[in-house]
Amino acid sequence: MRNTILITAKEFRSYFTSPIAYVVTAVFLALTGFFFAVSVTRPLADASMRDFVSISQFILWFIIPALTMRLFAEEQKLGTLEMLLTAPVRDIEVVLGKYLASLGVLLAMLLPTAYFVALLFWFGTPDTGPILSAYIGLVLMGAALLTLGLFASSLSSNQIIAFVVGAGIILVLLFADAVAGLPGADPPLFVQRLVAVIQYASIRTHLIDFSRGVIDTRDVIYYAVLTVVGLFLTVRSLETRRWR
Amino acid sequence: MIEAKGLTKHYGNFIAIEDVTFKAEKGEILGLLGPNGAGKTTTMRILTGYIPATSGDAKVGGYDILTQSLEARRHLGYLPETVPLYTDMTVREYLGFAGKLHGLTNAKVAKRSGQVIDTCRLGEYRDTIIGKLSKGFRQRVGIAQAIIHEPDVLILDEPTIGIDPRQVVETRNLIKELGGEHTVILSTHILPEVSMVCGRVIIINEGRVVAMDRPENLSDRLGGASRIVMDVRGPDREIVQTLSKVEGVKTVNSEDLGGRQRYTVDFRPNKDLREDLARLVVNRGWGLLALQPQGFSLEEIFLKLTTKEEI
Ligand SMILES: Nc1ncnc2c1ncn2[C@@H]1O[C@H](COP(=O)(O)OP(=O)(O)OP(=O)(O)O)[C@@H](O)[C@H]1O
Ligand SMILES: [Mg+2]
Repeated sequence: MRNTILITAKEFRSYFTSPIAYVVTAVFLALTGFFFAVSVTRPLADASMRDFVSISQFILWFIIPALTMRLFAEEQKLGTLEMLLTAPVRDIEVVLGKYLASLGVLLAMLLPTAYFVALLFWFGTPDTGPILSAYIGLVLMGAALLTLGLFASSLSSNQIIAFVVGAGIILVLLFADAVAGLPGADPPLFVQRLVAVIQYASIRTHLIDFSRGVIDTRDVIYYAVLTVVGLFLTVRSLETRRWR
Repeated sequence: MIEAKGLTKHYGNFIAIEDVTFKAEKGEILGLLGPNGAGKTTTMRILTGYIPATSGDAKVGGYDILTQSLEARRHLGYLPETVPLYTDMTVREYLGFAGKLHGLTNAKVAKRSGQVIDTCRLGEYRDTIIGKLSKGFRQRVGIAQAIIHEPDVLILDEPTIGIDPRQVVETRNLIKELGGEHTVILSTHILPEVSMVCGRVIIINEGRVVAMDRPENLSDRLGGASRIVMDVRGPDREIVQTLSKVEGVKTVNSEDLGGRQRYTVDFRPNKDLREDLARLVVNRGWGLLALQPQGFSLEEIFLKLTTKEEI
């Protein structure tokens, strides 16, 4: 635990001593702010964060791997991984430490968007429930995607490769539900089942409920499982890196 | 304190090290000597648990580096070949992180940081960003992080590389001091460093241990031959012929020093020829000016062992 906190603190600090955290936050706020402004100023726009959520997931697609690409790739490049992995620290502690730091930055990045919420309350009368659940969904989704980005970073000493691989994995999961349109009308049963499974695996479909104000345990479980799988893969990747 | 048994490491089909076996006792300073690509770094990485051996096993402080990895790592201080530095931290922040990573408390970290900054002569740069340090100072920071937690076992991969001569002397003295209580393994290309610092040396070539002994014994025993240097006044050709005929002598070289000759006599090591040679020269009526037994220098042994030259 102590080691995890130590590494979290170190990573968090280096997020903010390098421009990464600021740039990423600025880009995220600029893009979401723009789309938010466009959506709420439409005639007859409703006072909700639904558009904000649906645009956020696309922005997170490249923001997340940008946040995580450095985490292991740079340690490998600098040679500091050799120090981390020969210190009396468990691999899981290193992985969790880094993960929590990136989660911290994600939360710090979402925090200023409370300003959008404040605007909604200032000019309209939005439902509090769906706004809260939307944030919960966004954080759960971000938390899960970060582990995938982290995993990608553990694969290479090259940050660009880590970014591209991370964004690739996330893209596949994000648009997995697109397969629903592929089979023609009335497909055989096993294809229907397959499509249902792939749709369940899609990141997007789970966010929809949250933005409507519904917190479904199946969605929560989905993100939780994805998070655990991502962390597990990262730990395994570190282990096999020793065996290469 | 350190035990390596039959360590072998394959990279695909390539054999980086094969059957490396040795022990280092508490307080011992062991030198790992070998040409580029010999497998020194590979051996050290296995000992520190960074990479696993293909076969064989290693123990540090009595703990197996694979099955009791955390306990073993608790006893280790390690300076890798590429000094592991976070270039965006100051020296003090970095040493603090390294200390805490090895389980030091905050109070202990503050105290030990100060001490190692003094020992490694980093005082002037304690608050400098590591990315701005020169190579030699980075190397010193690397040594500082390896010793900050006062480990029982120190593994240093080329610790003095890139450091200026005066600091090299200080670093060697530091390692010698550490030797008393800690067990140290260091790798180097610098031969005099081994005889100066190490109690024992392992010469490794193409992944195999080719010699292991105290530096001074190496020249006697493992050189495969011994050598006597004698200065004699007399007829050169005759002297060479006479000396060459002595039982056990392998080669005789002569060198003109002006008015006297210097003869370098190499012979098989299992015999002390000093008296025989001295008597012979005196009996012939030549002037024996000096006679000195000499081992091969470490350089010669190293070259001979690693180039498989017949001695
Ligand atoms: N990851 C790797 N993959 C493939 N081969 C490797 C790897 N690491 C080392 N080798 C090979 O193993 C051999 C031993 O390398 P090692 O780094 O242990 O040598 P060394 O004795 O430390 O040399 P130097 O004095 O140059 O530091 C070399 O031939 C090297 O090319
Ligand atoms: Mg090396």
